[in-house]
Amino acid sequence: MNAHSAPPAAAAPVVALRNVHKSFGPLKVLDGVSFTVPRGEVMVLIGRSGSGKSTALRCIDRFETIDNGEIEVCGRRVDDARLDVRALRQDVGIVFQSYNLFPHLTIEENITLAPHSVKKVPKAEARALAAKVLAQVGLEEKLHAYPEQLSGGQQQRAAIARSLAMQPKVMLFDEVTSALDPELTGEVLKVIEALATEGMTMVLVTHEMSFARGIADQVVFMHKGKVHEAGSADILSSPSTPELAQFVGTGL
Amino acid sequence: MGLELDFSVVLERWRALLDGAALTLQLAFIAVICGAAIGVFGAIGRRGGNALVERLCGAYVEAIRNTPLLVQIFLVYFGLSSLGLKFSAFTVAAVALTINVGAYTTEIMRAGFDSIHKGQIEAAEGLGLSRAQIYWHVIIWPGIERVYPALTSQFVLLMLASSVTSQISAEELTAVANYIQSETYRSFETYIVVAFIYIALSFVMRFGFWLLGLALFPRRRRLGTPL
Ligand SMILES: Nc1ncnc2c1ncn2[C@@H]1O[C@H](COP(=O)(O)OP(=O)(O)OP(=O)(O)O)[C@@H](O)[C@H]1O
Ligand SMILES: [Mg+2]
Repeated sequence: MNAHSAPPAAAAPVVALRNVHKSFGPLKVLDGVSFTVPRGEVMVLIGRSGSGKSTALRCIDRFETIDNGEIEVCGRRVDDARLDVRALRQDVGIVFQSYNLFPHLTIEENITLAPHSVKKVPKAEARALAAKVLAQVGLEEKLHAYPEQLSGGQQQRAAIARSLAMQPKVMLFDEVTSALDPELTGEVLKVIEALATEGMTMVLVTHEMSFARGIADQVVFMHKGKVHEAGSADILSSPSTPELAQFVGTGL
Repeated sequence: MGLELDFSVVLERWRALLDGAALTLQLAFIAVICGAAIGVFGAIGRRGGNALVERLCGAYVEAIRNTPLLVQIFLVYFGLSSLGLKFSAFTVAAVALTINVGAYTTEIMRAGFDSIHKGQIEAAEGLGLSRAQIYWHVIIWPGIERVYPALTSQFVLLMLASSVTSQISAEELTAVANYIQSETYRSFETYIVVAFIYIALSFVMRFGFWLLGLALFPRRRRLGTPL
């Protein structure tokens, strides 16, 4: 590569972690983590409870600051103390296990809030956007419902729609189906699959192994704060480390 | 010898009683509006990061909660006059009541704001909302909705407590009562009538807050369940 010209935008990864270290007090949670997510790819993070998956995800969106290493997201250095955090978060959508819809607002208001107040999208346009993203997750008829009137699966889909309305360049999902029973899990996973098909760049933490196998361009297995094994979805069926073998073997 | 009650001389002075009741409501109205504003900022101050501001707000709340209202009123009254400032009894009463209810409102609103789950705030942060936007949309409104019944009670209590300002001759309802009973020598009757007027004022206020609640909290209006 020519050192004097910037690399072409298409080649720049959407998310890149380089040798990231992070401790909570004496507890080392990320111990030199590196991975790269190119545009349009889906990366699945797996690992035992406490292995640092959520922390890694939260570092990407600057919910945690790191001790050492580099994080680059959509051309921004997230580890830079002068980072414009709000600008970063307009490019990154994040969905948590607990849906965290705003209970006092209708689904439509939940969705239009950020586009209208952050991006200054006019009200009418924001409402059209809400209808569009709700259709995308199959909830168009719930526009005027309140969160508590929705099932868990519907709430999670609404939360995804709320993130999509900001038109993020990358979506982060942290165990978004863990609070749902199998039937509701299916409807949420379908929405995520559709997003993958449309070319959305995604990083997702999940315990749904068959889902991971189907959707992942890349699987990263974390163990004790390190990337213990990484590769294509094939590593799930033929793991090369005993730890991953044990992890997929237990069916976790 | 039975009890002989004669309300006529008291009720004859309905005009004065009405004026007094109106002034009581005015005092309550001013103190509630200003006190609610103080409460929002006080609660944010008590939560928000800056240690000095936190201490100041905490000291304010504790000072008010641990002194009698009458003493607070005298402090404002004599404090202002010793600074050479001359205000009407009504103004002094309004200021003192505002300071008083502002402290209680700070505590109630803080409880409301603290009840907002951390996940709500993270979700808002993840959407790129600014700190002020998060406060306004995600903390203040739902926080107030949660503690609205407690706020309403506090505000009605304040209206009743405003009777103490008769001590500095604010011409509110109790001051009018004092005057009427000294004129008519019908003390018992006077205070019976005044008690009923206070009850009526309480009902008026509660009804007003109920209507306001319907306007402010559409989710509650539509679903009827507490947040
Ligand atoms: N804010 C925090 N303060 C202190 N320790 C924390 C904090 N957040 C996470 N940890 C600890 O860091 C470790 C990694 O946590 P993390 O949530 O990243 O794990 P995980 O892989 O997502 O686990 P799970 O599958 O249970 O969600 C855990 O031991 C956890 O207790
Ligand atoms: Mg986790």
